[in-house]
Amino acid sequence: MEGNVVLTARGISMTFPGVKALSNVDFTLRKGEIHALMGENGAGKSTLIKCLTGINDFESGEIHVDGISGPVKNHSTKDAQEVGISTVYQEVNLCPNLSVAENLFIGREPMTKLHTIDRRSYNKRSQKIMDELGIAVDVTQNLENYSLAIQQMVAIARAVDMECKVLILDEPTSSLDDEEVEKLFTLMRALRDKGVGIIFVTHFLEQVYAVCDRITVLRDGQLVGEYPIAELPRVKLVAAMMGKNLDDLAEIQKESIENVEQKELEISAKGLSHTGTIKPFDIDIHKGEVVGIAGLLGSGRSELARAIYGADKANTGTLKVDGKEVKINQPIDAMNLGMGMLPDDRKAEGIIADLSVRENIILALQAKRGMFKQLSRAKQEEIADRYIDLVRIKTPNPETMVKQLSGGNQQKVILARWLATNPDFLILDEPTRGIDIGTKSEIQKLIVELASQGKSILFISSEISEMLRTCNRMAIMRDGEKVGELDHDLTQENVMKAIAGGEKEA
Amino acid sequence: MKTKSKMNGHTILLLITIGLFIVLYAGGCIAYSSRGFSHLQTFLNILITNSGLICVTCGLTVVMLTAGIDISVGALIAMDCMILAVGMRSGHNAIVMILIVLVIGIAFGMFQGFLVGYLEIQPFIVTMAGMFFCRGMTAVICTEQVSITEKTSKLFYDWANAKINIPFGGYLNNKGKYMVPYIRPSVVIALLLLLFTYLMLKYTKLGRAFYAIGGNAVSAAMMGLNVKKVKMVAYMLSSIFCSIGAICYALNTMAGSVSQATGLEMDAISSAVIGGTLLTGGVGNVIGSFFGVLINGTISSIVKTNGKLASSWPNILTAALLFVFIVIQSVFAMMRNRKK
Repeated sequence: MEGNVVLTARGISMTFPGVKALSNVDFTLRKGEIHALMGENGAGKSTLIKCLTGINDFESGEIHVDGISGPVKNHSTKDAQEVGISTVYQEVNLCPNLSVAENLFIGREPMTKLHTIDRRSYNKRSQKIMDELGIAVDVTQNLENYSLAIQQMVAIARAVDMECKVLILDEPTSSLDDEEVEKLFTLMRALRDKGVGIIFVTHFLEQVYAVCDRITVLRDGQLVGEYPIAELPRVKLVAAMMGKNLDDLAEIQKESIENVEQKELEISAKGLSHTGTIKPFDIDIHKGEVVGIAGLLGSGRSELARAIYGADKANTGTLKVDGKEVKINQPIDAMNLGMGMLPDDRKAEGIIADLSVRENIILALQAKRGMFKQLSRAKQEEIADRYIDLVRIKTPNPETMVKQLSGGNQQKVILARWLATNPDFLILDEPTRGIDIGTKSEIQKLIVELASQGKSILFISSEISEMLRTCNRMAIMRDGEKVGELDHDLTQENVMKAIAGGEKEA
Repeated sequence: MKTKSKMNGHTILLLITIGLFIVLYAGGCIAYSSRGFSHLQTFLNILITNSGLICVTCGLTVVMLTAGIDISVGALIAMDCMILAVGMRSGHNAIVMILIVLVIGIAFGMFQGFLVGYLEIQPFIVTMAGMFFCRGMTAVICTEQVSITEKTSKLFYDWANAKINIPFGGYLNNKGKYMVPYIRPSVVIALLLLLFTYLMLKYTKLGRAFYAIGGNAVSAAMMGLNVKKVKMVAYMLSSIFCSIGAICYALNTMAGSVSQATGLEMDAISSAVIGGTLLTGGVGNVIGSFFGVLINGTISSIVKTNGKLASSWPNILTAALLFVFIVIQSVFAMMRNRKK
């Protein structure tokens, strides 16, 4: 093994029933580098990581870790930790009801002579660890009192303190806002400088270019190649991931800009608010218009949508739909007025994993019709087939359980569910989060297509570039308040400026 | 990002519980001072009467911390008491019988814990089966009430009647005789067990593991804790503590019978909940549970002292309290979620 290599995987292969998940993949991680593992959904990133961490048993190939003679075969995450491979996932795997210090030390607490836990010592050591990593926390506080970003950093601190040589970060930034992401990056760079090898899995291209030194690209379970970051500009990376060049995105932009002539109002909200989550706001959405909501995570983007949809009942203000004033007490009222909403938390609020694709698609339509007017099976199948085709859901058949689909396809199922109710107004909250670029551009195209059919769309996304491509107009959110709208000069820079505002963010 | 005070919702809940106990007790003292409620002995009697329940609640708190439940405890007490009574009636030594009961507790708890921890069966189902088994077994051993008397075991009889005097808080009764306040050995057992559980939960790896598993079992496993084993140990502790509670119970009642300690599991659960232990796991401690027991005990004591209220009133009051507490708990939970 070369001097500065901490981990090598050679010829890793792995088969799931019916699918060759990995075939003959090589991967090399050096000391003190941040190495991006890129690929579309289903490319084999997760599978490779699970092979490294002992969750999957790979069929052939060898893994070598620096300082350990002979091939390493992990059978559990605990095995992996013992050879120095730690993983931090998107969902924080810590205990929220314990203190930060306990989360750092649980299972390996320092003991006093009486065989009791030495609280004072581990509190002190924890504070030192966190201070060294530049994370401002009081380690005696319960973890649940801190933001998700801090929780993630605690998870990383735990991994690092356990003397890991290889730190795997699996989509750690999906639920963080920009400021938090920057903090995480600072931490990652500090660790890199200490000689830790970091494997970084993410969907955000900008983030890869912000922190990574090297990129390994997988496609369809096969290694495409390993590149130093300087030799792989964005376009080439996307091309490598998809196996083709992506000019489709450019097309979309043209369409949306032609579409600005004023039509009649679909939604008109005046002074709508929900105590504690969103201050009074006005918003008008015309027929055939895509309005984006831009802002940091937690700035009230979703809350604005929820207040319109009745998911959080509005306390003040009036709402006009199609020119008529309406009262929405709960989502079913909104549905009956021709609205649909794709929530941002698709696992908790959207998908019903144990039902089939067909059942998930007809769910909202059925709810709208009422319990006793069941759709006939033939009708259900017809609807399911139509939308599977329309939104291009990749599923073996309509009766497949939704949990067996990939994340992007699950998202499409929810989208199909709302399209099936034939809404006039559709709220899409982060419809493309955590899905691959190909699917993203398909969903973006679909949004523009729907708008051109006269539907109004409220589009929420953390990716400004994505909204720039699809929206006619953007509402800007800051600290639970709608602070403005942009309807011309929609550029990344202008939107960022509007979000950041004049004064410094608190 | 930092919380403003050190006080979190759980500490507030505990303080509410303690405050409620003080208010209830002070209320009882004021309303019934003429009937002697304000004497120290009234409080000590609450401890004596509930010594068994304190032990059981300690065990149940541990199980509830792991997000589990153990409803077999009432029936296990009945079975243990019956074994004690029958064993001593047939001439066995009290110490031998106590050891047997403790061993039964360990074995029974281990079995239930194995089913819950390793076979991942719902704890409610497992301990419900355990409950039916123990209740049934009690009747198999003997269907009648069996008393423990001076004749069957002198040693046990002496323990039951031993008084440990308290050097302060006495009073003169109507006849002018000075009454020395006292507790029974069962109270000492219960309080020692309480102290043990408190220290164990706070200062040992095992104790923190119970909290971790209740907080998030998947994460706990990821962090290298042996979730299955820890869960099993929780049910073992519950049954052992319950068997120790059974000894206290036998010392108080001096009998074994099929219908003994019916519904005790519910008293223990309600005490733990009033004391701030969440059924969802990960939150709570035995001090709260102890005050939960005291609150229930005080309510019964007040109703008894009043003399006119029907004996079902304590149940209704407990129901009202439980209701109030779960509402407060969910309000706190909602407030916390909103903050995020």
